[in-house]
Amino acid sequence: MADSALLTTADGRPLAQALAEAQGRARRRAFWLVVPLLLFVLVSFILPIGQMLHRSVHHDGFSANAPAVSAWFAANPPGTQPDEAAFAALAQDLRAMQANRTAGEAGTRVNYVLPESRSLFTKTARSAKDMTPPFKAALLAADPKWDDPRVWAAMRSSSSAYTADFYMVALDFERGPDGSLERVPENRQIYVYLFVKTFVLSGLITLICLLIGFPVAHLLATLPMARANLLMILVLLPFWTSLLVRTTSWMALLQGEGVINDLLVWIGVIAGDGRLRMINNQTGTIIVMTHILLPFMILPLYSVMRVIPPSYARAARSLGATSWTTFRRVYLPQTLPGIGAGSLLVFILAVGYYITPALVGGADGQLISNLIDFHMDKSNWSLAAALSAMLLVGVLILYWLYERLVGIDRLKLG
Amino acid sequence: MALPPYADPLERAWHRIYQVICALVFVFLIAPILVVIPLSFNVEPYFSFTEKMLSFDPAGYSLRWYDTLLTFGMQAPEAPRDGAWFADMWANSTWVNAAKNSVIVGFWATILATILGTLAALGLSRPEMPWRRTIMAILISPMIVPIIIIATGMFFFYSNPCGIIGIECGRLTSTYLGVILAHTILGIPFVIITVTATLSGFDQSLIRAAQSLGANPRTTFFKVVMPLILPGVVSGALFAFVTSFDEVVAVLFIAGPEQQTIPRQMWNGIREQISPAILAVATILVVISILLLATVELLRRRSERLRGVSPH
Repeated sequence: MADSALLTTADGRPLAQALAEAQGRARRRAFWLVVPLLLFVLVSFILPIGQMLHRSVHHDGFSANAPAVSAWFAANPPGTQPDEAAFAALAQDLRAMQANRTAGEAGTRVNYVLPESRSLFTKTARSAKDMTPPFKAALLAADPKWDDPRVWAAMRSSSSAYTADFYMVALDFERGPDGSLERVPENRQIYVYLFVKTFVLSGLITLICLLIGFPVAHLLATLPMARANLLMILVLLPFWTSLLVRTTSWMALLQGEGVINDLLVWIGVIAGDGRLRMINNQTGTIIVMTHILLPFMILPLYSVMRVIPPSYARAARSLGATSWTTFRRVYLPQTLPGIGAGSLLVFILAVGYYITPALVGGADGQLISNLIDFHMDKSNWSLAAALSAMLLVGVLILYWLYERLVGIDRLKLG
Repeated sequence: MALPPYADPLERAWHRIYQVICALVFVFLIAPILVVIPLSFNVEPYFSFTEKMLSFDPAGYSLRWYDTLLTFGMQAPEAPRDGAWFADMWANSTWVNAAKNSVIVGFWATILATILGTLAALGLSRPEMPWRRTIMAILISPMIVPIIIIATGMFFFYSNPCGIIGIECGRLTSTYLGVILAHTILGIPFVIITVTATLSGFDQSLIRAAQSLGANPRTTFFKVVMPLILPGVVSGALFAFVTSFDEVVAVLFIAGPEQQTIPRQMWNGIREQISPAILAVATILVVISILLLATVELLRRRSERLRGVSPH
């Protein structure tokens, strides 16, 4: 770099150095503008979610309240038959739980791994004060379930604060009597099924949005600007209208005694007693979510179609292509960026949807978000956190794809 | 789209079908929003059109559900409508209080989101901004992350915000501040998106021109930059306000009985005692969204005119 050394600024510094300094200053100045918001988002958004996800691998309800049994587990390898020392430790812990009123907390933790064991703890803890050696006999007299190897396997896996148990439950696995992983019986496999259902329904909604959004976006993109702007309002108004308002009006339209059923009966398509069930089930979720997410499909499609020159299609036609071939081979490939952007956005938003399924989904139209809410409500916080983590990973992968394929800065609103 | 003159009959038929499909989709988009308006004037407590409404009999229409909005929750709704009745309504009506809360929360959340978001957007649109894409992805993520995950995370964190550093400092759940902070986070992506979009058409040499003419950074910002990006900032602020005004899940998790907003009250209404009063609220909200949409459209056109970008 002999040449650049010759060039200097007015005060005699090398130009390269002065430029690097000036650029560094500019970078820092730009960065400082972002710092306040970045800190705010980190503290009140990223941190809370991280803290919540921590619950999906950490639960000290049992390990903190049953130190003696936890110590016994640590001293004896898995598969050891519980001896009198183990039962004595358990009785000692149960006494302490009764005194500190923490039997429920410990029981809750074991309950995640082995359903219906919470009551075992709360019940036995009440009578633990009067227990005398031999403790094995005393505990079995209180409840014969204490002899069940499944209970001991569940307590062993609960005896460390950090655990993958909640992910095990969220993936429909359970621990067998010997502590090995087993699939839960088919009739209790709910979580994986609901994840699959959420993704399938979101895919279906995305597909419907694409099929009905494509012609509309095309129409808007090819009409003269003034008329397109007018019709665009019909797309933007739903976008600006409250979600709850739209859900409410769909309830008025779709319910058994609602507008659409009345209309169908009046026309004579269906009989008065054959009213369609279109709400409080999966159909309701699909219809209403399609309506709510449709603008997110139309807007990206429109912005791509707007800049496709019509001369390409004309050239294809003049070269002898039929209108179908022109669409398939010339127009459609040019809209792919819009199709990708719209579909990904709609799919991402659909996968995490909560409000609409909760209000119009009935029993079979619920999605994974509603199950997370259900477990929050039941105070199964760790399971809710594990399910959230799995959902979040799915959404973040899609978000990363969106960023790679479309670019965040291409996201537009209206 | 005009059909070319060389189109054959099959293409003409298909073109008709295409127009019908588009018309049906527009009906699908807009009808559910418009249908609540006449239904909210129903005299009967039903969600459907009655015989009288269909024959445009004035007796089939009434303002009773709008009246219910004012009187529900009042101590003496039957009293004569004088100053005392009005004071009672202002202090005790469930929906009036919900509206007050929505405006308070929406106002402060909008202010916070707009200031922080505009500053960040100014930084992000500078060409020399380091790690631009990553930071942008983080700041937009509240729009992408499922709301239930955001709400549960905030619920735990706001129950004991200082717990993370091991001290007690009260809680943010069941406080206005908690709800405002949550809504600020949810509004930020919209401010970032609209303001960076406005700035992308901003001519950076105007800043250099101002500075070469002797303006200091402050003057440059307020006299040159601000007037040009103001339409984008105002649209972003409106988006942030609407987001807050329409938000229910974070309110469900974080707010206490003192912070019930309009969407929260609607949620109750839809889940429990469903009545056309909900449709009256819905109608009012539809009118508000029409006004907001009109404002944003006007701002967008103004912004395009100011920057000399003419519509195609």
